[in-house]
Amino acid sequence: MSLIGATYDSAIAIAERRSGKLGSNLYVGRSSALLERNLLAVRSSTWLTVFSGFVEPVFYLLAFGLGLGNLIGGVTDGSGHPVSYAAFIAPALLATSAMNGAIYDSTWNVFFKMHFQKFYNTVLSTSMGPLDVALGEISWGLLRGLAYAIGFMAVITPMGLVPSWWGILAIPASLLVAFGFSSFGMAVTSYFKSFQQMNWLNIFMLPMFLFSGTFYPLSVYPEWLQSIIQAFPLWQAVEMIRALCLGQIGLGLLSHVIYFVVMISIGLVFTTRRLTALFMR
Amino acid sequence: MAEAMIKAVGLTKKFEEFVAVDGINFEVKKGEAFGLLGPNGAGKSTTMRMISATSQRTAGDLHILGKDPNQKGPEIRAHLGVVPQSDNLDRELKVWENLFIYGRYFGLSRAFLKKKVDELLAFAQLEEKRDAKTDSLSGGMKRRLTIARALVSEPEILLLDEPTTGLDPQARHVLWDRLFRLKEQGVTLVITTHYMDEAEQLCDRLIVMDKGRIMAEGSPAELIKQYSSKEVLEVRFGSTKNAEAAQNISGLGDRVEVLPDRILIYTEDGEKVLKQIVKLGFEPVTSLVRRSSLEDVFLRLTGRQLVD
Repeated sequence: MSLIGATYDSAIAIAERRSGKLGSNLYVGRSSALLERNLLAVRSSTWLTVFSGFVEPVFYLLAFGLGLGNLIGGVTDGSGHPVSYAAFIAPALLATSAMNGAIYDSTWNVFFKMHFQKFYNTVLSTSMGPLDVALGEISWGLLRGLAYAIGFMAVITPMGLVPSWWGILAIPASLLVAFGFSSFGMAVTSYFKSFQQMNWLNIFMLPMFLFSGTFYPLSVYPEWLQSIIQAFPLWQAVEMIRALCLGQIGLGLLSHVIYFVVMISIGLVFTTRRLTALFMR
Repeated sequence: MAEAMIKAVGLTKKFEEFVAVDGINFEVKKGEAFGLLGPNGAGKSTTMRMISATSQRTAGDLHILGKDPNQKGPEIRAHLGVVPQSDNLDRELKVWENLFIYGRYFGLSRAFLKKKVDELLAFAQLEEKRDAKTDSLSGGMKRRLTIARALVSEPEILLLDEPTTGLDPQARHVLWDRLFRLKEQGVTLVITTHYMDEAEQLCDRLIVMDKGRIMAEGSPAELIKQYSSKEVLEVRFGSTKNAEAAQNISGLGDRVEVLPDRILIYTEDGEKVLKQIVKLGFEPVTSLVRRSSLEDVFLRLTGRQLVD
């Protein structure tokens, strides 16, 4: 049965190529195989659920930005320039789109794969390493977040809600945001064992969405509350993307980037550790 | 040909205080079909997981193809085909996709896998189910697909954890036939099972485990010879007379085992003992002379108590 194998690299030859490399017990550079798997799986899933996640922020934009925005008139941005209410919340909803897309796959889907489909047992019995699995699954979550963000951008740009050309950078920024949420989301999920615990995520996500400077500036809060909210990732994302869309470029942006790089790293480390502890102990 | 594929010395696995595998030694040679037998909780599956490089040992040495699984996990796993106890097929994918993507996890090229998938579908007799979702497969088909999946990477060692549990007799025989073919092709098989007929059918050599330790080691024939007799006579006298009869025939045969409903006499010649019993004036309600089996060895070594 190995007749046809002669002209191709065998699994052993492929694995041995990485032998002795640093971390070859954790990572073999094959996380793309998981993306391939998820792409095959999503082909047969219902596109309606994928679509519903995308339209949610669009509905918020229509209801609040255009509906409520007519009553409010305008707000002033960080540097005191007046902007329309819709242009103020559109970047925040863009950040939310990236977050939502990233969270869907990296939390609930990961939870099901982990506890009901024995998916990670299967993958980790092949020559993949736990970091491959973490990176593959997190990247998949990231892609959905990125897709939602691009879709949302395609809605708000023609509506004139992205006044600055810097706004183009909101796309790579969304990628960073999605990466951060996907990474952290999978890490947190990997420690959850029951549906009750998974529901805590929702309890955390909704207030974060409502109060992270999404619909009004942070200045309405007392100072102590401001500093708490500034620690949350959605606030970081909203600030970064809003600054880009409104063209307020400054060094402050860098701190948001660093925040997400740290968030991504923490998520990757803990997901890998947890996968190892759960499936390779 | 006698090179050691798997070598365990003092292999130990503890989960906190519980000792699942307690310092076992064994060796599996190339092309051999090696069995791990034992009741539930004997440590078979834990041993299997350590061999499959998905569980780190607590103490002792383990080498698979000369490599240490604690250090070279992915590299060792590239040599192995793993058939887990419970089916963990990818329910979101079709039958052929299950094989294809599993090969991708090993980094195999798409061109190679296209041919390989067809070959394996034929091997598993699943060509007609190619585009079906795995949920629609029967238990036997799922097992065959799981085995086919484990073969995608053309492994040298195939690890099967209770491969036929829950299958009907037809499905078991089809599966055994496939495993025989693999063995003929030189694949080393490591099988855990608690079906003694399966072990007798498939295994060249086996170890009997209980409470994390090895109780016996050898070929099925050797073990029967060593721990049992050639034949077993089973007689029933009815539950009221059982004990009385047992007292009087306790000297017959090599060994007598009294069970609540029947008496087992281990002997070289069952018919002869049966005649002796009748001569003593005890007429059994039913009697049966059979060849001693691995099951007798197993029960002798691991006891008759129920393990949950």
